[in-house]
Amino acid sequence: MTTDYNNILSRLCFHLKQLASPDVVIVPETDLINELAIDSVKLLSLVMEIEDEFDISVPLNVLADVQTVHDLANLIQHIKSTKQ
Amino acid sequence: MSLLDKLDAVAAARKALLPEGIDVFGMPIEEVYSATEARVGDRRILFLGTNNYLGLTFAPECLKAAHEALDKEGTGTTGSRMANGSYSGHRALEREFAEFYHCHSGIVFTTGYQANLAMISGLAGAGDVVLIDGDSHASIYDGCRLSGAEIIRFRHNDVADMEKRLRRLGERSKSTLIVAEGIYSMLGDQAPLAEIVRVKNAYNSILLLDEAHSLGVLGKTGQGLVEETGLIDGVDFITGTFSKSLGSIGGYCVSNHPQLDQLRYISRPYIFTASPSPATIASARAALRLLRDGTELRRQLWQNSRQLYARLDALGYQLGPQPGPVIANILDSPQQALMLWKGLLDHGIYVNLILPPAAPEGKALVRCSVSAAHTSEQMDHVGNVFAELRKSIFQ
Repeated sequence: MTTDYNNILSRLCFHLKQLASPDVVIVPETDLINELAIDSVKLLSLVMEIEDEFDISVPLNVLADVQTVHDLANLIQHIKSTKQ
Repeated sequence: MSLLDKLDAVAAARKALLPEGIDVFGMPIEEVYSATEARVGDRRILFLGTNNYLGLTFAPECLKAAHEALDKEGTGTTGSRMANGSYSGHRALEREFAEFYHCHSGIVFTTGYQANLAMISGLAGAGDVVLIDGDSHASIYDGCRLSGAEIIRFRHNDVADMEKRLRRLGERSKSTLIVAEGIYSMLGDQAPLAEIVRVKNAYNSILLLDEAHSLGVLGKTGQGLVEETGLIDGVDFITGTFSKSLGSIGGYCVSNHPQLDQLRYISRPYIFTASPSPATIASARAALRLLRDGTELRRQLWQNSRQLYARLDALGYQLGPQPGPVIANILDSPQQALMLWKGLLDHGIYVNLILPPAAPEGKALVRCSVSAAHTSEQMDHVGNVFAELRKSIFQ
C-alpha cells in the first residue's frame, strides 16, 4: 500500500514538474493552487494525463476536495484500490 | 477570505486584465436596427457576435405572432408549467417539436440552459455517471452538478478517449449518460456523432445530444446534426434552445422514450420556475415553421460562413477546425484577443471575446457568429478589417 502511494506520488511529482517553475520544490504538502499556481484548466489537463497513466477515471466531483499534492496522490490511490 | 473579499478578488482580476472604460462583457446596446445592426453609444455597429443564425429576430411572422399572443394572453404566465403556466401555446409547441423531429414527445423549458439542467439532473442521479465532452457548455456542467451523479470528462471530440472511460466503468456504463453537442460553441466544430453512437450502443449507455448551435443550421429541415448525419434513431434525447436560430428564448427536449414525460414530475429546473411568456412561445412557434422551411436561409448562412472562414484562414488567423456559423479566432494571449476585439469594435464590428479560463486550453478566443441575414458585402468588409488589424496585432 505504502509502496503504491510512494509510486503514485513520484509519478505525480514528475507530471507537476512539467507545469511548475523549475525552482519550486514539490513535496506532499505543496498546495496545488497557491504554491504551484495550477488553475482549474491546468488541473483538469493534469488529471487527464494521470488518468491515462494509471488507467483510472477521476470524477470531477471529488477534485473540489483536492488542495495539496498529497490529497491528489491519496485520491488516485483510493480510486485505484476500489477498481481492483 | 470573507464572502465579499472573494468578490473583491474577482474585481481585481478583471481590472488587471481588462481595459478601463469599456464594457467588454455586457456591452450596453442602445438601439437595435435589425437582425444584424445596432447602436452602441453613438456608433452604428454590425452584429457579428449574436447567435441569430437565421436572422429571424425581426421576421414579420414572428413579430405578428408575438404581438397577438401578448394582446390575447398578457405579458407573462406568472407560474410554473407544473401549476398555472401550461397554456395551449406551450403544449402546442411541444407537439410541434415532437412532429418536427418525428419523435414520440417533447417538453418545452423556460431557457435552453434550464433544458440541459432539467434533462441531465432528471435522468441521472447519485450512483449514476455522466460522461461529458471536455468542451461542454456550462449548462451541461451545471446539470451534472445538480444531478449528484459522478461526472467524468473525456477529451474534446475524442471518441477513443470516451470509449476508454466507458470501459473503465464496467457494468456501470449501463447507468451512464453520455452528453455531446451538435456544434460546440467555443470552436464551432461538430461532434463525431456516428462514432459516438456506435460506442454508446456497444456499452448500452444513454446519449443526450445538445443541438443548441446546430438547430436550424444543419440538416435538410434544420433539425441539426441528427439530420445531417441521419442518426436521429441513435440519439436518446435531443435538447436545444430557442435563443439562437429561433430568435427567442426557451429550451426543449424531444425523445422517442415514452419516459420523457415523467421528467415533468421530478425535474426541478422544469418545476421551480415560471413558464415562458405567451409572446415568447408564439414567436418560437412561428420561427420553428420558418426554420423548417428555411432551405434558402441555411444556404445563405453557409455561404456567408464559408466566405468569412476562407478569408480569415487565408489571412493566417488560427481558426477552429471546421467552417460553420461559429468562427473562432484562437489567440495565444488575452492581450492579443483584447486588441483584436477592440480593433473590430473601433471599426464598428461587434464580436464575442472569450478569455481564460472560459476558452479551451488556456487560449483566448475572438468568436464571430455569422447570420443568414448578413450580406456577402458585409462578410467582405469584415474580412478587410481583420486584414488591417492583423498587421498591428501580430507585428
